Amino acid sequence: MRFVLPFVLAFAAAVATSAASDDPAAIAIAGPQNPATLSAFGFFDGGAARPSPRLIPYELRTPLFSDYAAKERFIYVPDGTQIGADADGKLIFPVGSALIKSFGYPAPSGGLNVIETRVLLHQAQGWVALPYVWRADGKDADLRVGGTRVPVTFAHGGNELSVNYSVPNKNQCKQCHSAAGNIMPIGPVWQNMAFSWPADARAIIKALPALARLQPYPKWDDSRTGSLDERARQYLKVNCGHCHAAQGSASNSGLFLDGSARGAAALGIGKRPVAAGRASGDLDFIISPGQPDQSILIKRMESTDPGIAMPELGRSTVHEEGVELLRQWIAAMPSNTH
Amino acid sequence: MRIRDLLFVGAAFCALVQPASAKTIAVASGEGAQERLQEALIAAEPGDVVELSAGRFKLSDGLSLDVNNVTVKGQGGLETILDFSGQQGAGEGLLVTSDDVVLKDFAVENSKGDGIKSKGADRIVYHKLRVEWTGGPLATNGAYGIYPVESKDVLIDSVFVRGASDAGIYVGQSRNIVVRHSTAVENVAGIEIENSFDADVHDNIATHNTGGVLVFDLPNLPQMGGHNVRIFGNIIVNNMTPNFAPKGNIVANVPTGTGVMVMANRRVEVFDNVIGENGTTNIMIVGYRFPFQDPKYDPLPRDVSIWDNQHSRAGWDPKFRGGTEIAAAMGGSFPAIFWDGAGGSKYTPIIQDDVPALSLGLKDIAADTAMAQPSPLARATSRPAGLPAIVLPEAMEAAIR
Repeated sequence: MRFVLPFVLAFAAAVATSAASDDPAAIAIAGPQNPATLSAFGFFDGGAARPSPRLIPYELRTPLFSDYAAKERFIYVPDGTQIGADADGKLIFPVGSALIKSFGYPAPSGGLNVIETRVLLHQAQGWVALPYVWRADGKDADLRVGGTRVPVTFAHGGNELSVNYSVPNKNQCKQCHSAAGNIMPIGPVWQNMAFSWPADARAIIKALPALARLQPYPKWDDSRTGSLDERARQYLKVNCGHCHAAQGSASNSGLFLDGSARGAAALGIGKRPVAAGRASGDLDFIISPGQPDQSILIKRMESTDPGIAMPELGRSTVHEEGVELLRQWIAAMPSNTH
Repeated sequence: MRIRDLLFVGAAFCALVQPASAKTIAVASGEGAQERLQEALIAAEPGDVVELSAGRFKLSDGLSLDVNNVTVKGQGGLETILDFSGQQGAGEGLLVTSDDVVLKDFAVENSKGDGIKSKGADRIVYHKLRVEWTGGPLATNGAYGIYPVESKDVLIDSVFVRGASDAGIYVGQSRNIVVRHSTAVENVAGIEIENSFDADVHDNIATHNTGGVLVFDLPNLPQMGGHNVRIFGNIIVNNMTPNFAPKGNIVANVPTGTGVMVMANRRVEVFDNVIGENGTTNIMIVGYRFPFQDPKYDPLPRDVSIWDNQHSRAGWDPKFRGGTEIAAAMGGSFPAIFWDGAGGSKYTPIIQDDVPALSLGLKDIAADTAMAQPSPLARATSRPAGLPAIVLPEAMEAAIR
């Protein structure tokens, strides 16, 4: 039972220990050794396309762009424990949980050619992030703490794109998944989640009825779900806000895109760059209202040069559709905003 | 024994306890250097040394270290080279995000973004490093060479930095800082202390940059109110490399031929330096002259003291709006020291150097420099007691002995 009503929790804790013995994930997640292969967790039954029925699949209404990779996301919670949530809808996972995310591209034969699966493990001492790269035969994946690059060619919008897909190293996982120097899941936030199986959503709501009152966040690419401003800010929050936050990797920039910005400058409007270096590209402001072509934010999103490109990690091609959204957003700003 | 003393004893005892398993992890250059070196930096445990062989490490991505109390050392700044010319990702060559790290005896070449960045990395030591863009001053070079930010206790000693398109040595939003015995050549800014508290910059050489040593404070940042900075015993000469920073960066506004530039800081001392052959001026003190909306930010420089510097030629080619006209009015040359006049007379810097000094009389921070109403600044007869020297934790000094 993955979700239990809060008043059952006291009983559940006692049950959890006995349940752990026949669940390989419990041992693998507890550490202290990082399993060398993904199969040690038992999350997949001999291939990325065969997730264990123990996992809860979910999607994000607005996802992080990662070189057009398709992602398959799962939650694992140990038997006898339950997911919680804070008042903002951010899910709280008990010790022993894992968040699992596979990255791949459509295979010519159909289905997904999965390159890597990243796991975030909630150990007793805190969260740990590990990248596993699938073997050529697709039967298991090996831990690659140092990361790697995998050349990939895929079809997008009628064109063939080639990227040197980056599997992040363990430290790079933390660069995005960090708050005040500790590894944390970036979300997921209930309002940004969608569930493949309606029963999973119902079970969570049943355990956490307060979530039902939260309005879903807009989908960045669906104008029926929110205004241009709402969708642009949601895109920035998901794609930039994990670093551009007061406790994030880019805190020193003074540019806060996680929704916390108070005032125009903290959102980049009329703000001069601090440590952008050549990424400023002869432009004066992060966002020049009404002028996307004069905005460093757009310039950095349109670049694939590592000294210029934003986000710094996980992107070696341009997210044309995301850039277009933000161009429209900036173009619509009155030019006297700052 | 009082509680406070007990705490001190406890801390001292903890410092003496070395991890039982401290070891050296050797990494050689050659095939697979990227993954082998990155894995070593991840596998290292507190107390370990990651030792790099001599040779050229050809790297395809940024490297990072996130383990406390690790030393990364090579065989020398000319012998061990981390070559990032083939870098495909990450905003810097090497990123350090853990405390008590020592980096020494290696080089970082041609990173796409910054050279070595340390963020939130307290008590970091940079020693005998070379960070270089080997093509010399180019706008396509990375921004900062050595880049500690948001850190407490920073030691940069005996490093060489060349070619940064922003600042060679840049310390930002940090406190308790020493930059010494280092050389900055052909950067836009040689050494820059920005939005930082308590820094000693001494016994360095800054030459062939656009500006030699900069002390700045900027708005809209988490840490503002830069103060208590001493610039002394440095050689700051011939900083005449034309500004090659991309426009938009604050240093793109540094006039070519600047020795020392103090902008919007409080309590800055400039003394015992050799400064000269800087075409705009040897020392300038200015306000932050851009529009800003940040009620917590103070754009005015204040409590700046200047004494016992040895000046040579300056000001024959001032590179800012209105500079040429002022120079002409003064007989062809701009003075060795000038202040923009920001804030009016109560902010007048204390100057005891025996060279001509000028106020531009631009009391209003928004006034155009072309509207200057220059007037000479009198030599001060006294100055306030000096700032105390920066003292770093002993373990940091021991790490380089």
